[in-house]
Amino acid sequence: MKATVTVMLKAGVLDPQGKAIAHALGTLGFKGVEDVRAGKVIELELAETDPDRARAAAEEMARKLLANTVIESFRVSLDG
Amino acid sequence: MKAGIVIFPGINRERDMAIALAQSSGEAPRMVWHKETDLSGLDLVVIPGGFSFGDYLRCGAMAARSPVMQAVHDHAARGGYVLGVCNGFQILVEAGLLPGALLRNASLRFLSMDCHLRVERSDTVFASRYQRNQTFRAVMAHGDGNYFADDATLDRLEGEGLVAFRYATPQGEVTPEANLNGSVRSIAGIYTPNLRVLGLMPHPEDLVDPLMGGADGKPLFDALAAA
Repeated sequence: MKATVTVMLKAGVLDPQGKAIAHALGTLGFKGVEDVRAGKVIELELAETDPDRARAAAEEMARKLLANTVIESFRVSLDG
Repeated sequence: MKAGIVIFPGINRERDMAIALAQSSGEAPRMVWHKETDLSGLDLVVIPGGFSFGDYLRCGAMAARSPVMQAVHDHAARGGYVLGVCNGFQILVEAGLLPGALLRNASLRFLSMDCHLRVERSDTVFASRYQRNQTFRAVMAHGDGNYFADDATLDRLEGEGLVAFRYATPQGEVTPEANLNGSVRSIAGIYTPNLRVLGLMPHPEDLVDPLMGGADGKPLFDALAAA
């Protein structure tokens, strides 16, 4: 089962990378980009086939390593 | 005190740290590989700067979960001294030994330059050879040194006097211009409540001999050697 963990900086944590991307998009002529936030996507191939257990395992991995919950939030989605 | 330096793959400042420690104490520190788990006999454990595990995922994230870090936790819990500089500071916050996190510099640039640190308190072993509110020069060399913590954590750090150093002008004024990496409240280094674990971004070990261009960092190592 594949689990996808999306890690984003929490609201209120300055995201200079997102700001730089927004600035570059403006330079390229893209208009109306009001805000950009940059994060990470981590894909996990899990042997687990039970969706609840797979989700619980991925969330535990996110809390212990994949995200730093001081500054980042995460969400887990499962496919197939 | 007897010192050891923990080395992870990608750490590159361990020799400078060893020179600084040995110059003050007259004794070469023990070099500890990250797979070791025995820190017995050490009074001070130092985690030096560099790019442990290539800074993959987040700076210090991999190193913080290495086998040796449980021993560092135990050492700190016993009241042992710990010093983390640069990547070492990032590793200590990732390991949860110090609160907060180190974000990308606000300018998005890697900063390799001198800075000045104001000593917020001198009644700790680390800062005992400085004066309170004294400013000393140190070298910063980091891309992710922008200290961050939530307001409740910051208020606790300030309330308990756990801010060790702040970025300042050479005259000791804490200004936005002197806060080169954008750290919240200009925080450059912090202590644990028992004042025995110190993490800071700039490198005091880079200035411990006039031949290096200054000896501003030497009092820190002299104090540790004498403690």
